[in-house]
Amino acid sequence: MNPVYYLYLASLLFTIGAAGVLIRRNAIVVFMCVELMLNACNLAFVAFSRLHGNLDGQIIAFFTMVVAAAEVVVGLAIIVSMFRARHSASVDDASLMKL
Amino acid sequence: MDNLIALLIAAPLLGAAVLLCGGRALDRVGHWLGTVLAAASFVIGAVLFVDMLGKGADARTMHQHLFTWVPVAGFKADMGFQLDQLSMTFVLLISGVGTLIHLYSVGYMAHDERRRRFFGYLNLFLAAMLLLVLADNYLLLYMGWEGVGLASYLLIGFWQHKPSAATAAKKAFLVNRVGDMGLSIAIMLMFTTFGTFAFGGVFGAADGASEGKLTAISLMLLLAACGKSAQVPLQSWLGDAMEGPTPVSALIHAATMVTAGVYLITRSSAVFNGAPNAQLVVVVVGAVTLIFGAIVGCAKDDIKKSLAGSTMSQIGYMILAAGLGPIGYVFAIMHLVTHGFFKAGLFLGAGSVMHGMNDEVDMRKYGGLRRYMPVTFVTFGLGYLAIIGFPGLSGFFSKDKIIEAAFAKGGTEGWILGAVTLLGAAITAYYMTRMMLMTFFGEERWRHAETRSPDAPSAEPAAAGRGAHDEPHPHESPWIMTIPMIVLAVGSVGAGAFFGIGNRFLNWLEPVTGHSEGHSPVSAGVVTTATIVLLLVGVGIAYLQYGRRPVPAVAPRGSLLTRAARRDLLQDDFNHVVLVRGGEHLTRSLVYVDHSLVDGVVNGTAASFGGLSGRLRKVQNGYARSYALSMFGGTAVVVAATLLMRAV
Repeated sequence: MNPVYYLYLASLLFTIGAAGVLIRRNAIVVFMCVELMLNACNLAFVAFSRLHGNLDGQIIAFFTMVVAAAEVVVGLAIIVSMFRARHSASVDDASLMKL
Repeated sequence: MDNLIALLIAAPLLGAAVLLCGGRALDRVGHWLGTVLAAASFVIGAVLFVDMLGKGADARTMHQHLFTWVPVAGFKADMGFQLDQLSMTFVLLISGVGTLIHLYSVGYMAHDERRRRFFGYLNLFLAAMLLLVLADNYLLLYMGWEGVGLASYLLIGFWQHKPSAATAAKKAFLVNRVGDMGLSIAIMLMFTTFGTFAFGGVFGAADGASEGKLTAISLMLLLAACGKSAQVPLQSWLGDAMEGPTPVSALIHAATMVTAGVYLITRSSAVFNGAPNAQLVVVVVGAVTLIFGAIVGCAKDDIKKSLAGSTMSQIGYMILAAGLGPIGYVFAIMHLVTHGFFKAGLFLGAGSVMHGMNDEVDMRKYGGLRRYMPVTFVTFGLGYLAIIGFPGLSGFFSKDKIIEAAFAKGGTEGWILGAVTLLGAAITAYYMTRMMLMTFFGEERWRHAETRSPDAPSAEPAAAGRGAHDEPHPHESPWIMTIPMIVLAVGSVGAGAFFGIGNRFLNWLEPVTGHSEGHSPVSAGVVTTATIVLLLVGVGIAYLQYGRRPVPAVAPRGSLLTRAARRDLLQDDFNHVVLVRGGEHLTRSLVYVDHSLVDGVVNGTAASFGGLSGRLRKVQNGYARSYALSMFGGTAVVVAATLLMRAV
């Protein structure tokens, strides 16, 4: 199977993720969309690794997973504490950082 | 001997410091302290004078160098004094007349609770005036010049509880300031031209300087002289300055300070001699003021303001003579000295009359006072004869010389100036005779002053009863006031003959000012005859108007000229319309430009940046998703740009 198809799939997933981040208000969904974008990138890295015949892409994919795991921990903690404080998980409600 | 010069100034300066800082403890003796220190200055002056007489004419100039005042690199201004024949004349006049007027003030101000302060100011004036005439450079002269201005301000406004006095003081100060600016500019010009403003340096280098520069310096010096000596166009303050106590009017605004302009021009003769155009302006200023002051003097009913007009006119004579150059300098100073005697005497006489008449100044409410104040009458009368130039008295000798010098100017100018000075002599005779007749002759108008008044306020029933009580009881002043008047009257009578006969004054002053005999187109005898004839005409007209007919107690409406002259020939109105209104319009338009243009640019810039930032601020809306969109957008742009670059 042609590895290029994986790239198409990766960009489709990335687009879905990006659209989700921009459109959805629920922080959990936005968070999941971010994960989707990260994993789309991972897929692209692995596909490139296959295309070029070396392991660089796969190694970076591991790094991304580690970073994503850490991000999940921090991000979910923020979302939970925000929900506790404001009884809402909408990202638009957290718009206090403006003049 | 040279070291005594500083003491001349130090004595009155010490008096001023002690009296002004000493407080109420000195109230009982302050006036005598001031008088003694003024007299001390006169005695030192007399000692120096005797010493000076003992030397040859060329060796008479003395110098004293106290310290270097402003040392800057190669330049230095000294605190140094120069006493030559010209300064000596002034020193004796200032300290002599000053001492007499101190003495007079002891009596005149006896009932004033601020008498100590008054004497402190008088001493301050003496110190500043002596500094002015003793300085050996223009910077030090300027210090004295400002000092007399300050003393004049303080003394005009001495009765500061009267709003009119406070205003008059401010007016005098402000008008003088215009003249002072002229002096400071002249000093700056001297510095750029000659690199020094010591008398010796400037006069030595004046020959080599271009006529344009000398003319500029001379005109600025003339402006200064106009301010201090109340000459047209800066004359408006002198009439109002009569708000001050009468001894002040006699000392400062008649005998000494107002003649500082004449001193300045005579002292700077080397500069003026090199600038004939400037000299012409000086002569014109003198001639115009001569007539101007005389006309004002004719119309005023206030005895002091009439005398102020006369002072202006007589100083016009001096300025005119000083503008004539070497043919006139000596006579300008000679008239200055004789004028110092008779005008101070006249003012003291006026003060004595006021003293006996409950401080009334309106001559229409005088009349017939010769029987009540014989000493005042005689001394005032001698001063009167002196000022109109009655043959044999002071004014005759000094004024006659100026008229001759005016004719000797030569050409058409000479004839015009001669005619103007002759006319001035006639008007002088007229207004002085008017003053004499209104004050000392005729019916006693003060006797019925209260009951006769037609518009007596009926709402005040007490007015009639108070009228008899308020009627003045004219009486002769105490001896302490009459003695100075007698001494000055003796000077008024004898000084002219003493100076004039045998050219004594001319020989005395010539080494300093230089002198050249002019060639008069008319002989001295003709001039003298014409002067005497015009004098008699002036006296005659005044006698017909004020001697033969009774003087109305309320001033008649008078002709257009009379009414204008009562308002000082509209000088204040002119100043108001041209300077005050003009200034107001100028400032108003400047404020408008400031508000619309300058503020517009500044505020417009600020507002445009404010608006821009307001719009930019809206980008920061706080929504995480909108930031995410801009991140995506930015990334997309970067990626697109990268791809485009690659494609190219």
